[in-house]
Amino acid sequence: MSRLLPLAVVIPLAGAVLTLATVRVARAQRIIGVVAALATLGWCIAIAVSVDRDGALHAVMGDWPAPIGINMVADRFAAMMLVIGSAMLAAVLVFAIGARASDERSPWYQPAYMVLMAGVSAAFLAGDLFNFFVAVEILLMSSYVLITLEGVDDQIRSGTTYIVINVLESILLVMAVALVFAATGTLSMADLPARLAALPDGVRLGLNLLLLLAFGLKAAIFPLFSWLPDSYPAAPSPVTAVFAGLLTKIGVYAMVRTETLLFPGSLRTVLLVIAGLTMVVGVLGAIAQSDMKRILSFHIVSQIGYMVMGLALGGAAAIAATIFFILHQIPIKTSLFLVEGIVERDTGSSILGKVSGLGRRSGWLALLFLVSSLSLAGLPPFSGFIGKVGLAEAAVDQGQWWILAVSLAVSVLTLVSMLKIWTGLFWGPSNTRGAEGGGMLRHHPLMSGITVGVVGIGLAIALAAGPLYRYCERAAESIVNPVEYETTVNGQAAGR
Amino acid sequence: MAILIGILTSVGVYLMLHRTLTRIVLGVGMLGNAVNLMIIAAGGPPGEAPIVGRDGPFADPVPQALVLTAIVIGFGIISILLAVAYRSWTIDGNDEVEDDISDRQMASVRDPSDFVEEPDDRYSQEELL
Repeated sequence: MSRLLPLAVVIPLAGAVLTLATVRVARAQRIIGVVAALATLGWCIAIAVSVDRDGALHAVMGDWPAPIGINMVADRFAAMMLVIGSAMLAAVLVFAIGARASDERSPWYQPAYMVLMAGVSAAFLAGDLFNFFVAVEILLMSSYVLITLEGVDDQIRSGTTYIVINVLESILLVMAVALVFAATGTLSMADLPARLAALPDGVRLGLNLLLLLAFGLKAAIFPLFSWLPDSYPAAPSPVTAVFAGLLTKIGVYAMVRTETLLFPGSLRTVLLVIAGLTMVVGVLGAIAQSDMKRILSFHIVSQIGYMVMGLALGGAAAIAATIFFILHQIPIKTSLFLVEGIVERDTGSSILGKVSGLGRRSGWLALLFLVSSLSLAGLPPFSGFIGKVGLAEAAVDQGQWWILAVSLAVSVLTLVSMLKIWTGLFWGPSNTRGAEGGGMLRHHPLMSGITVGVVGIGLAIALAAGPLYRYCERAAESIVNPVEYETTVNGQAAGR
Repeated sequence: MAILIGILTSVGVYLMLHRTLTRIVLGVGMLGNAVNLMIIAAGGPPGEAPIVGRDGPFADPVPQALVLTAIVIGFGIISILLAVAYRSWTIDGNDEVEDDISDRQMASVRDPSDFVEEPDDRYSQEELL
């Protein structure tokens, strides 16, 4: 099992090669793409089950031991992210095929998408900082291609912002990697905690801040978020759905790893303040917008705040709540953008007021939107509520009342801006200014089927909250006590 | 070495702060090379090639492997940036990065008080699109 861990990266890469080989046959490309995506998903589920039963898995490439060779580690947190990530990637791929979007018809879409999948898997599995950097580069490279694939004016403009910001982020990350290596002489996540603990406080703080800056830029936390609402809406909806659901969460994933494993317990207050500001600024930005895509993009920022809040509170309970929140956020965000994609495809616009009364023209779509937006806002029966209760409990336990107040206020504001979309797009009389008059909308079965599926995953997370939350608690346990992580990596290396 | 890294970094940052893409590309190149040098500097003093059978102080192979990877990635980044800059040039005739939609919308409102009094800004956006 351990040795086959890299299959999660190899399958999509093989898919990329095959789709490149069949670049002239669109149908073959689609079949290969979907098969590769489903195979990756299946393998990730197998990894998750095995990790939960037998503890963390560890694989080294070419039998070079850990500090020199490339190593991959899957603990519970990584395995869970792998499963939900590859599930979303597979779902969105099918959606994009159904949407027949102009970019999906490009022969380069499938290869770029496959490489993106490989990058996502590699990032979650990375066992040292440099491999993480390489994985992030892989997925960023393909995201550059995907965001500018059509090559129209607007995409190039906002794609440029996206690329330059992310290039800056990569440079900061390599800089941090170089300095960490200079200070400790290792980059393996398993060796770093002990070596970093031995460093003087000032050096440690500097390294921590530099890593936080790089990952924070990726995760779009408060002072570093302004690139996101500008660039995401320009990409075609299926692409935005993946970016929104996954890419920022990789930044959060890296932040959780660095703050718990490498620098436990430092900078708590700073992170807490950043979390509060991220939530507030994100949600206020969302309320001010009048395009559904831009509103949702600002909500990405706002929800990142909750994840950082859990991370800042620290301790097993808060980390468990954070993990659960990330787990719920990925399908919810993806489904909201998929609904937006259907609206935009079937009516030609997603600007509130230009399109209205969709509730009459397509009850199903309205229902899908309602379920996922209530879940985003965190109303009781849905999954967002459970994650937020966990975060709130952790805040109460630690006596951080102000962040509790901020997070509750932001929840209400989230609901307000979701209501704005609801009243603007779905409620009220049907708008006959739309391209095809005011008749009932007919959706493509693949698109609506996948959206129902993704919303269903969101609901399933709420229904299966008990076992899932316990899984998150176990994952948080192994994050807070990284002994298991270290012995898995170093124990195998020494036993060779 | 440290001074060289410092010079490259500052020149790179200065160039990246410009609005024209060609300068940004040059800045990225400078910054990337500064970081590559930094990784090499992190590897400690030079020495023999670390091959089994030789003796003497070895050079640390890890940063060299890292820097090779980083150089390749830097090449990829610069080529995609150049491609985007070229595309931007064929579309617009220049390679400046424009403001985003919201900025242009705000800028199109001459008097800020108008913007506040307007009940809904969707109309101005509709005109723009």
